[in-house]
Amino acid sequence: MLGKLRITLWSLVLVAAAAMGFLLMREPKLPQPTQTELPLASIGGPFTLVGADGKMFPSTRLAGKPFAIFFGFTHCPDVCPTTVARLTKLRRQLGAGDDAFTIVFVTVDPERDGPAEVGAYAKLFATPVTGLTGSRPQIEQVKKQFAVFSAKAPGAGDDYGVDHTASVFLMDRAGKFVATLAPEESDTVALAKLKRIAT
Amino acid sequence: MRLPFLPIIICLTAGCAQQGPQIEIGDSWARATAPGQSSAAIYTTIANRGAADQLIGVSSGAGMAMLHQSSLEGGIARMRMVSAMDIAAGSRVALAPSGTHVMVTGLVAPLAVGADLRLTLRFAKAGSRTVKVVVVAAEAR
Repeated sequence: MLGKLRITLWSLVLVAAAAMGFLLMREPKLPQPTQTELPLASIGGPFTLVGADGKMFPSTRLAGKPFAIFFGFTHCPDVCPTTVARLTKLRRQLGAGDDAFTIVFVTVDPERDGPAEVGAYAKLFATPVTGLTGSRPQIEQVKKQFAVFSAKAPGAGDDYGVDHTASVFLMDRAGKFVATLAPEESDTVALAKLKRIAT
Repeated sequence: MRLPFLPIIICLTAGCAQQGPQIEIGDSWARATAPGQSSAAIYTTIANRGAADQLIGVSSGAGMAMLHQSSLEGGIARMRMVSAMDIAAGSRVALAPSGTHVMVTGLVAPLAVGADLRLTLRFAKAGSRTVKVVVVAAEAR
């Protein structure tokens, strides 16, 4: 009798262990971007961030000129410099000079990217790039306005990566959203879109 | 009996010429980095005219190197470490921007244009190869 009970109990333990194992084996769920409910027309709007000089940077400073705004982080070795480099190349190809549109880089990692970091990063490209940072709430507010997703990726200590929206947002000289620029799009498509904001 | 084709037949059946992988590495480059930037990416192209091999490790004097893969699914850029990369027989594999690349973290010093930078690639069969990496201006490529 007691033997039978023991077998039953041990079987239960085994079943529970197997279930736990199954749950643990499943791939950890990555944080997923929440479906953006933001209507395209409402992307953007006035914001206040901090410039490379450490001073407040209100979005009115961008007014009067179209701009291409990208969200990334300076410790991002691949996608971010590739995107900014591409924007500088496209601006060159437009052939209308550096005034054709402003390239804006906003960090989604303000804990590591202060004004000095975004400033040094922007200067790296040998053509005018506006690097912006801000307090965490300021960054979160602007992310919300542009429906941008970002989340810390697994990493050791201070050496983490950040998953983030890869698209560039193209805004006209009135600060109105015109189109996004995806990394996968060809230069021909990208140039056509840029002409829409830059002329 | 003379068998003039015997060597050829042996070659065909035994896979005569080169049995192992034949790895050639070219166009290795990196973007310059800004002061304070802790990581950089190195890109390169691996051509294999021989049998299949696997890239199992990378190293560089610039910092701690590892194989990383960027993905752009659903408009989100993510980067994850990969332990190894298959180099199929007769293939040409590019470690290119926004794909699999060598990521160097804990940069000892910012990468300056023209700096002396080397990359060592370790293959399962072909062994280690060290190549010179050209550091270009950030907006150059």
